[in-house]
Amino acid sequence: MGADEKGSVADYKGVWVFVEHRRGQAAEVSWELLGEGRRLAEELSTDLAAVVCGDGVEELAAEAAMYGADRVYLVDDGALADYSTAPYATAITWLIDKHRPSILLLGATAQGRDLASALATRVGTGLTADCTQLAIEEETGNLLQTRPAFGGNVMATIKCADHRPQMATVRPKVMSMPSRQPGRKGEIVREAPVLEPEDNWTKLLEFIEASGEKEPLDSAEVIVAGGKGMGGADGFDLLEELAGVLGGQVGSSRAPVSAGWVPKDMQVGQTGLTVRPTLYIACGISGAVQHLAGMQRSEVIVAINTDPEAPIFETADFGIVGDVRQVLPVLTEALRDRLTKRGEANG
Amino acid sequence: MHMIVCIKQVPDASEVKIDPETGTLIRSGVPSIVNPYDSHALEAAVRIKKEQGGRVTAISMGPPQAVEALRRAVAFGVDDAVLLTDRAFAGSDTLATSYVLAQAIRRVEESYGRADLVFCGKEAIDGDTGQVGPGVSTRLGFAQLTYVVEIQEVLPKEGIIRAWRDVGTGRELVEAKLPALLTVTDQINEPHYASLPNMIRAARYEVAHWGKDDIELDLSECGLKGSPTKVAKVFTPKVKVKRDTDFLDEAGGDVKQAAEFLAQRLLDKGVVGGEEVELVGS
Repeated sequence: MGADEKGSVADYKGVWVFVEHRRGQAAEVSWELLGEGRRLAEELSTDLAAVVCGDGVEELAAEAAMYGADRVYLVDDGALADYSTAPYATAITWLIDKHRPSILLLGATAQGRDLASALATRVGTGLTADCTQLAIEEETGNLLQTRPAFGGNVMATIKCADHRPQMATVRPKVMSMPSRQPGRKGEIVREAPVLEPEDNWTKLLEFIEASGEKEPLDSAEVIVAGGKGMGGADGFDLLEELAGVLGGQVGSSRAPVSAGWVPKDMQVGQTGLTVRPTLYIACGISGAVQHLAGMQRSEVIVAINTDPEAPIFETADFGIVGDVRQVLPVLTEALRDRLTKRGEANG
Repeated sequence: MHMIVCIKQVPDASEVKIDPETGTLIRSGVPSIVNPYDSHALEAAVRIKKEQGGRVTAISMGPPQAVEALRRAVAFGVDDAVLLTDRAFAGSDTLATSYVLAQAIRRVEESYGRADLVFCGKEAIDGDTGQVGPGVSTRLGFAQLTYVVEIQEVLPKEGIIRAWRDVGTGRELVEAKLPALLTVTDQINEPHYASLPNMIRAARYEVAHWGKDDIELDLSECGLKGSPTKVAKVFTPKVKVKRDTDFLDEAGGDVKQAAEFLAQRLLDKGVVGGEEVELVGS
């Protein structure tokens, strides 16, 4: 992989977004990244392209254009029907070598992370995981990739100045969803890299979708979250009850997870999930920076805490200085009452 | 079965503190542990060895004190442990780290034959990138199975492994040919306590130390030189959006009344109770 055949940094242009999907069903983070990619491309006065790999995925390519891609590189091949690291990495490495993008963004999902690391290693470039902010450095045009470091207590800005493409993964919901523009067309570039099966290709035997009973926390419209102030695992019963009335989900800050009151998948924050629900009710959460970073983009934030100085109030639209154990039962009943009456009036 | 487990020594996350003045990490006095996901990787390899026989080697790249992590691995039941330590490796990002580890695995293979399985934790708790495992896999040309939550079966004769992966939206059962690299989550097993004989063995065991001259290496691919990513800045994050908080308990009255007010305000704003209402901006 000599520098000569790869060209210099200046030969690499354009912003690319990998469109993740399962059997044609796109992961929403792909569209979020097209929104962010659009912004970066405009700042660099360059094009935004989507990369779509799969089997019978023309529709996905058209969809990518509606979410802002100027161009879509489409590799439609039976070998890519199910995701497997090696064939996907072979196809996209081939595209990178041929078209030389300056930036490549992928979702920080199981598939996106799996693929991104393999790609960066094959191409021999840098990769920054879980970026929460992307920007262009004015003087150089380099991508400034900011991510939480050391368990989310500090942020680090990473640069990849001498290698291309500059690669980054971004978690779902960190970037805003762009609006879909029906009828917007992009240039579809069909490519056909040679994909001969190799020993390191994996085979998908079975897929079991996560049980639909519980909505994933990061797609909930209402989140009722608890912190150290809940006092213990039983305190979370109060949150469950309120969440039940609102049709929402229960989340947590780091302390209850560390204390073993609730499982890790309930954690909101830089080292947990990033959420942006319509309503976020923070109960007994002081508002450490690492937690705020995971929920500050919520539409409406309510904070309930005994400490009037708690930083969570700075980012809240509504606050009650008080004990969650007193406030929550009343709030739950009041909402149940009003929502029931309203349901009857509308029904 | 010839298995290799890559482990990392990390600071105990619950003990890490930030200097509020400088925003830098206070490292002194913070105890080190084996990255928790790597303990599950060690357990997975040792279990296969117990069931099917074979040999397990643990390797780690890090400063000399990381030898303690490898001693833990011996206590867990691995046969051999190798520490990759050299100034030339310092400052490696994930790309350079995966290079050194892959080259070290090649060296282990020279002694014990081709590896059938390489195990890594799904990510390290101090970096949270999850990039080194797939990097090693790519460099070795192995089949790659990340986020493994259950090994269904390993068939050495057929040269096949079947394992369940957590892919976020669900679980998938994947079949791969050996050799394969697996990165595992904490759901895969419950690491057992070290047995007394293994603890005694670990205390006496001399961990091999390999430096840059012990492995076949292109030094331009190691350490800072071999790392495309550079940290440009470290800072303490600020909350971006300060909001004007409406304190409902100040409207006069006790917290119960405040809760009633809140319920009404949320309904008035339309953030609860139905699709027909328009959402408010923030």
